[in-house]
Amino acid sequence: MGDFDFGVIISNLPFLWQGLQLSLLLTLLAILGGIVLGTLLALARLSGIKPLALVAAAYVNLIRSVPLILVIFWFYFLVPLAVGRPIGGFYSALIAFVMFEAAYYSEIMRAGIQSVKKGQVHAGQATGLGYWQIQRYVVLPQAFRNMIPILVTQGIILFQDTSLVFVVSLRDLMTASSIVARTEGRLVEMYLFAALVYFVICFSGSLFVRRLQARMAT
Amino acid sequence: MNYNWNWSVLFEPEYLGWLMSGLGWTISVALCAWVIALVVGSLVGVGRTLPNKFISTLCTAYVELFRNVPLLVQMFIWYFAVPEMLPEDAGRWMKRDMPQPEFVTAVVALGLYTASRVAEQVRAGIETVPKGLSSAATAQGMSVAQVYRYVLLPISFRLIVPPMTSEFLTVFKNSSLALTIGLLELTAQSQQIAEYTFQSFEAYTAATIIYVLIALTATVAMTLLERYTRIPGYVGKEG
Repeated sequence: MGDFDFGVIISNLPFLWQGLQLSLLLTLLAILGGIVLGTLLALARLSGIKPLALVAAAYVNLIRSVPLILVIFWFYFLVPLAVGRPIGGFYSALIAFVMFEAAYYSEIMRAGIQSVKKGQVHAGQATGLGYWQIQRYVVLPQAFRNMIPILVTQGIILFQDTSLVFVVSLRDLMTASSIVARTEGRLVEMYLFAALVYFVICFSGSLFVRRLQARMAT
Repeated sequence: MNYNWNWSVLFEPEYLGWLMSGLGWTISVALCAWVIALVVGSLVGVGRTLPNKFISTLCTAYVELFRNVPLLVQMFIWYFAVPEMLPEDAGRWMKRDMPQPEFVTAVVALGLYTASRVAEQVRAGIETVPKGLSSAATAQGMSVAQVYRYVLLPISFRLIVPPMTSEFLTVFKNSSLALTIGLLELTAQSQQIAEYTFQSFEAYTAATIIYVLIALTATVAMTLLERYTRIPGYVGKEG
């Protein structure tokens, strides 16, 4: 423990920073994609159209019972096969994350949509709005507002999950740290440093969520 | 899309054996980690609610630390960094003589990580018990330990069975991370079959079906437990 080498961290900072940028980019795009697809899944489940609701429910429950690593493996295999040519690890990983997180976001959105009072929908109908107009102008804006803290929390979990792209050697913060750890023979320094970076980001995120909740409670 | 289907590959004794052995490891890692998570998580969760400032701060720190670092990073720290940080003899023992190093490391890492999530459920459960009950118990002359033993814990542990179901399912899914330190559990075995036979679709389908069966079995088990432990007539229990 005595010979902790900060130099190895400092001299590799640019490489690690690139890794962190990839982690953040993947997180951001997966959150956006996950929320859009998740909202559609939630609307499908609540649509009242039996076959549509069943398919959406089956998808959500299937995804929620398998590990993310297996989902990543699935899409690394399926995406190039479906597209017909290799499209690069980043896009395969992104699609895997969007498809995976959508199942979790849809559960959050479903709860959010159900938290909007029925009277709001009826008022919308009474003023002559159509189904999509009611969702667009009445239900979803309120549902999103109620759900913001949980959506952010899920975003923090998603950021931690992106470290799993390690299994397909995509160079995020985790993979970058582990490459440096191996080539420089500095396992302790690099893994503790990675843990620290993840901790600072995720802990700040959860403090932010607590502030949001406190503000919404008043 | 051109792909040569060959489902029979899954039933060749060699590959079927890989899947079964992977399933065995997945279940062992998950169940052993779950035991650690329940024990440590209960202690930490109770600790967070104690009036003693020192203990509750320590337990809060545990939860924040283990919850805000990705499980994969924790797994690597336990496997690669801890043996280097320990005194020389202990470190050498971990690297050379510890039996089943991948399995033990995976169980410890997954167990302590899941403990932070269990602790949150336990704390939430204790905080749901109406204040009046513990005040009444204190007024009866019960000590803090007795209040927990006879009032808070019996009620809160029955209240948190439903939210624990999802943690229990998560532990099986998270056990797949053990593959990153070289444990050939279910996901790793299915990937290995995919690499050996080029029948990725069949291999991943097999793993997916097995995980779904695990989830169904665990859900049924927890539902039975839920029915058995439900507190009749307790407010907010229904629906």
